[in-house]
Amino acid sequence: MAEIQQQADSGKGGKKRAKKMSTKIDMTPMVDLAFLLLTFFMLTTTFNKPNVMQVTMPVKEKNKEEQSELKASDAFTILMGENNKVYYYEGLADATTKPELKLSSYDANGIRKVLLQRQRRNPKTVVLIKPDDKSNYKNMVDILDEMNITDQKKYALVPISKVDTELIATSGL
Amino acid sequence: MTPMVDLAFLLVTFFMLTTKFAPEEVVIVDTPSSTSEIKLPESNVIRLLIDKDKRVFFGLESDKARALLLDRMGAKYGVSFTEKQKRAFGGLNSFGVPVQQLGSLLDMSTEQRKEVKQPGLLSEADTVQLIDWVMTARQANMDAVKKPTFIAIKGDNDADVATVRKVIQLLQNKNINRFNLITDLENKPVVSR
Repeated sequence: MAEIQQQADSGKGGKKRAKKMSTKIDMTPMVDLAFLLLTFFMLTTTFNKPNVMQVTMPVKEKNKEEQSELKASDAFTILMGENNKVYYYEGLADATTKPELKLSSYDANGIRKVLLQRQRRNPKTVVLIKPDDKSNYKNMVDILDEMNITDQKKYALVPISKVDTELIATSGL
Repeated sequence: MTPMVDLAFLLVTFFMLTTKFAPEEVVIVDTPSSTSEIKLPESNVIRLLIDKDKRVFFGLESDKARALLLDRMGAKYGVSFTEKQKRAFGGLNSFGVPVQQLGSLLDMSTEQRKEVKQPGLLSEADTVQLIDWVMTARQANMDAVKKPTFIAIKGDNDADVATVRKVIQLLQNKNINRFNLITDLENKPVVSR
């Protein structure tokens, strides 16, 4: 392939003729380049399209009667605090009832396990996600992603209430 | 060898023609990852960038509707743009300056634009303009290409939840309830029940 054929001298002496060159050219570097480009373009095309996570927020209901009240027994609240901390409690918190706050984490053995256990006990669970102002966007996406992983159907992104921030502050976790 | 080379070049040409390079953005936004496998559409996307300094940037991914959007926003705020500025706007992916200062941003060269620190479109004093941009862009895209737009929120890992929530709330006030959060792909773990 890459060799250049050398015509042996005909031995007749006399006139020196120009050597007959083969028409074949060495293609190896060109092929190298072609494959390099091929790999480059293949990789760039597949990786540039970003993924999206769809979030549908509830439509604001005009009249209060159509809204269904969430039962405390079905509620499960996740609070996201600062420094990548995540807390949860079962039920609802208000001025009178103070549920027990527990600390969890974003890794596979943290909040995911808790959620799965809770789902097994009560399949009708509604998860309330309350990000604190000090938590970051990654935390929010992580929790929304956990909903996706654990196949939690009903969840809502709710602003954190004063009771919840106090709960975090007093728990000392 | 020759057929292989032929094929290789065919593929090179194919990929070269189909590749669309990721557009350069005004700020570096490091997106979080999720297991969602839904892909972002290529056009008709309103992109809201939120960086870690609480700045919000706006971008419209639709070549045809961009000119219309600039015209309408200019008319609404009483700002006029020269032909040159309009052309520059066509090549601008996202920006974070109010419409009053947009003219001077468009006059700059691409290199200069990178140097400028853009203030972002959402501030305590002015929450209306961002929504105006979104609503006008939706309408402009509808009129130009007759297709609805997707609203994609691209937030940084360290972006402030308060800012993200504010953006979502403002859009909800306008009855926009469906959002796409742009993320990187991560493998979905197997969950045992």
